[in-house]
Parts: sequence; structure tokens; C-alpha cells
Amino acid sequence: MSNSLDSYLVLSGLLFAIGTFGFLARRNAISMLMSIELMINAVNLTILAFGAFVAPLRVHAAVIALLVIAVAAAEATVGLAIVIAIFRNKKTPLVDEYDSMRD
Amino acid sequence: MPIGDSIPLVGIRWDDVLFVVLAATLLGSALLAVTLRDIIHCGLALIVSFASLAGIYALLGNPLVAATQVLVYIGAISVLILFAIMVTQTKNAPVRLVFQTQAWIAAVAAAVIAIVISITVLATTWPAGGQRLWTSTTEVAHMLFSDYVLPFEVVSVLLTAAVVGAVYLARRDSGPREGDRS
Repeated sequence: MSNSLDSYLVLSGLLFAIGTFGFLARRNAISMLMSIELMINAVNLTILAFGAFVAPLRVHAAVIALLVIAVAAAEATVGLAIVIAIFRNKKTPLVDEYDSMRD
Repeated sequence: MPIGDSIPLVGIRWDDVLFVVLAATLLGSALLAVTLRDIIHCGLALIVSFASLAGIYALLGNPLVAATQVLVYIGAISVLILFAIMVTQTKNAPVRLVFQTQAWIAAVAAAVIAIVISITVLATTWPAGGQRLWTSTTEVAHMLFSDYVLPFEVVSVLLTAAVVGAVYLARRDSGPREGDRS
């Protein structure tokens, strides 16, 4: 089981689906950012699984995964800063109460 | 003392046992992270899922990426998320509804995504070998600083810009006039 590419890809698909559910269903903005992190991790797992099983992609996959981790760190920093800035104005972290543009 | 390739009497390979345990931990803690009511508990479950994912990276023969996962995700991003949770928690308003009212649509969409991805993966014949390959850190370093040196530099600029932008966004306003401290 651990020597088959399919099991890793299915695992990453399930993780991505869990992240999708969290992003669509949660009300808290930070929970949505956490779900985005889960989805990025699922994509990273896909990249590394292909790298581990397809010989020509081996080193490229590791480098790309490292770059993805760095970009995800930048994304988390800016996303959380935006959430904190909105929280300072609205006094709530719940996204369905950010409705001031609806009027 | 070296232990064998597989469990002596049962005949199951140790790698398979590790994979099943890590995958179950990963999916279970990810599910907890998106469904738990208390958001602090969500953050802690997220840390567990990051850690088991680092274990899976190590199982895939990629120790450098596993170490980076521990350093960056568990060490930096999780701490950042927990910090943001503690900043934005409101004591006086306990959240009764954790999910949006259309959460069942989201559940259906997620289930459809999971099923479609699984069917696609299992129905495709990948040009892959049946053996995991080990990726040495030396090769990754050579590749990173020769072929991928431009993306590497771009990422460093991006990180600097993200840090500056985050400080600007999350900064407390210092009032209408410069130097006016309220």
C-alpha cells in the first residue's frame, strides 16, 4: 500500500475535499484560512507523491514543494493580517457578518 | 538493532503500517480541524495534521521537505494561526452556529470532489514505478541553486513584501495626526 502512487493520490484528494468543505462551511474567517492551508498541503502531497514515484521528476518535485511551502507561508501571513485588520473594524471574526457592501 | 522489513509473524510490511497510521491520523485530525466547535481546538488539530503530513513526507523519501514542513508549518504558520485566533476571540459572544446555514451543500460538494478525484486516480494508469525513490538533500540543494535560482530569489522578494504588507495591514492606526498617541 505504501508503495503505490494511487494510495497517496487518493489520500491527498480526500485531504483536499476536507479542506474544501471547511472553506465553504465554516463561518469563522480564521477557520477558512486553516482550510486553505489544508488544501495547500494536499497539493504539496500530490507533488511529492509524483516526485517519489516518477524518476525524472524526483528532484524537481522536492524543489517545487519547498517553494510552495514558502509561498504558503507568505499567503498565511498576509491573510491573517487582513483578518486582524477587518476584525479591528468590525469586532467579529464571522464572515457572514461582513455585509456592509450589501446595502 | 535493525528490525526486519516486515512484521515477523504477520508478514505486513512496516511501511504499510506506518502509511495507514499516518494517513488515518492525517484525515482524522483534518476532519476535526474543520468540524470542532472551539476554534482553539481546531488549531491544535491542525498542528496534528501538519505533523502527520511531515511523517508522510519522510515516508516518501523526502527528509528535507519533512523537516521544512515541521519548521515552517508547525513552527511558524501554526503559531501564527493560534496567535490570530487568540487576538480575534470574542469572550462575550459564544458562537452558536459554527457552520454556515448552507453547510450541507458544502458537504455535498466536498463529497463530489473526493469521489471524482478518487475515481480519476484509480482509473488512470500513471507512468510510475512501483517503488518509492529516495531524494537526497544534496541533489535538491544543487537543483535549487542552479536551475531554480530565479524562483528562489523571487520567493525571497515575495516573503519580504508579505512581511512588510502584513505589518502595514495589521498595524494599529496611530490616530489622525502623526505622533498623536491615544
